[in-house]
Amino acid sequence: MSEPRLSDAFLTPGTSSFADFLGAVAPELLPARRALPAVNAGDLAPHGTTIVAATFTDGVVMAGDRRATMGNVIAQRDIEKVFPADEFSCVGIAGTAGLAVEMVRLFQTELEHYEKIEGSTLSMDGKANRLSALIRNNLAMAMQGLAVVPLFAGYDKRASQGRIFSYDVTGGRYEETAFHSVGSGSMFARGSLKKLYRDDFDATQCVTAAVQALYDAADDDSATGGPDLTRRIFPVVHVITGDGQRRVPEAEVAAIADQVVAARMIRPDGPNAALS
Amino acid sequence: MSMPFYVSPEQLMKDRADFARKGIARGRSVAVVQYADGVVFVSENPSAALHKVSEIYDRIAFAAVGRYNEFENLRIAGVRLADLRGYSYDRRDVTGRGLANAYAQTLGTIFSSGGEKPYEVEIFVAEVGDTAAEDQIYRLTYDGQVADVNSYGAMGGDAEAVGGYLAENFSEGLGLDAAVRLAVAALGHSSTEDRSIPADDLEVAVLDRSRTQPRKFRRLDGDSLTGMLAGT
Repeated sequence: MSEPRLSDAFLTPGTSSFADFLGAVAPELLPARRALPAVNAGDLAPHGTTIVAATFTDGVVMAGDRRATMGNVIAQRDIEKVFPADEFSCVGIAGTAGLAVEMVRLFQTELEHYEKIEGSTLSMDGKANRLSALIRNNLAMAMQGLAVVPLFAGYDKRASQGRIFSYDVTGGRYEETAFHSVGSGSMFARGSLKKLYRDDFDATQCVTAAVQALYDAADDDSATGGPDLTRRIFPVVHVITGDGQRRVPEAEVAAIADQVVAARMIRPDGPNAALS
Repeated sequence: MSMPFYVSPEQLMKDRADFARKGIARGRSVAVVQYADGVVFVSENPSAALHKVSEIYDRIAFAAVGRYNEFENLRIAGVRLADLRGYSYDRRDVTGRGLANAYAQTLGTIFSSGGEKPYEVEIFVAEVGDTAAEDQIYRLTYDGQVADVNSYGAMGGDAEAVGGYLAENFSEGLGLDAAVRLAVAALGHSSTEDRSIPADDLEVAVLDRSRTQPRKFRRLDGDSLTGMLAGT
């Protein structure tokens, strides 16, 4: 990168993809281009755990707990696993934390790069497909225990609604309706959202449902962190609407989490859903 | 045996420079003006799709005159270089100076190599800092020379007339509206007449340090631009 003159690769017209460009000029910087010995490396690095996303009338909410684990050890209490991908979308990650964060950085750069070169933003489906390609490149590492499983959510300006996409390690891309969750606590979070979710939520109700779901995930999954009342560490929550995406301020999340915890003091299993 | 004609190096460089200068002089001008909260670029460009002013990175923008295919190529190379630096180091490590150096080396090598025709382009690279004193504007010419621009500058066909008008009318610490009006008036100025350029034929963009987002680049068009030009 210190060559005095821009090399031909820089001046060759063609691709608008940063990942493709990186593959041509500096392949060693791509997360997936590393040879590993054939052993399971899954326990060597911290893993991120539960992410939830749910749509509401004006957009979509994504929230993630703050725990990273390494086997039975809590590797970090305040890791952040939900990131803005661009102005109208967010990506949350479960799986090997180091690789996932690198992949998010590549994905963010990919979207911004396309926007600057083409002068227009990718469609929501285009963004989801690009993420799919990045995950697919990581398949060899996933098979050695270093899997990255993201959840992608954003506001689709063309369809005027929030949309959620989930992925598998092979890069399979699945659009979810209403809500979804990934990570080790996801089955508990999804079960919780099944009972709590209403399709007429406003933003605050939707954030509350997401915090409830993360509480339920932490309740039954040791790798998911609940609200940490003593250290005041609460989930990272992003809200995306037609006006763009924003991170919900710590104080607001804290207030909602305090409410949720106070109600659980009375009924530890959380709110009762109607029987029929 | 045929003897090759001898051309002195001075003559060779002069011919190449004349060639590049002629190409640049055919195009319309771009003006850059520093204002209180950043840097504004204005160019007369009836096309809404083919830009002369573009975003390179968070705090860095690019403006060019001359041959479209050549400066578009340089623009894309700049975006690639900036994104590559930002990805492999950190967003803060991408600087306007680094970009201007890369452009200077590239343009200089192409200008003095026998094989390639010189690029018929001139470029502004601007970077906004946290305060007006930290703003940097560089002007690069077809032969790879770099010059610091203080406060205002112009390049392209009528660069002298436009630059002269800016020199007479510029003052420190302008507001955004005033800076845009000054640049537009300068672009319409020539030794014979003062035209007023309609808002639809203008391409206006700013690097605005007061934006809360990390990306400070913003285009001004439509009603907001018309309103800005109308206010006196």
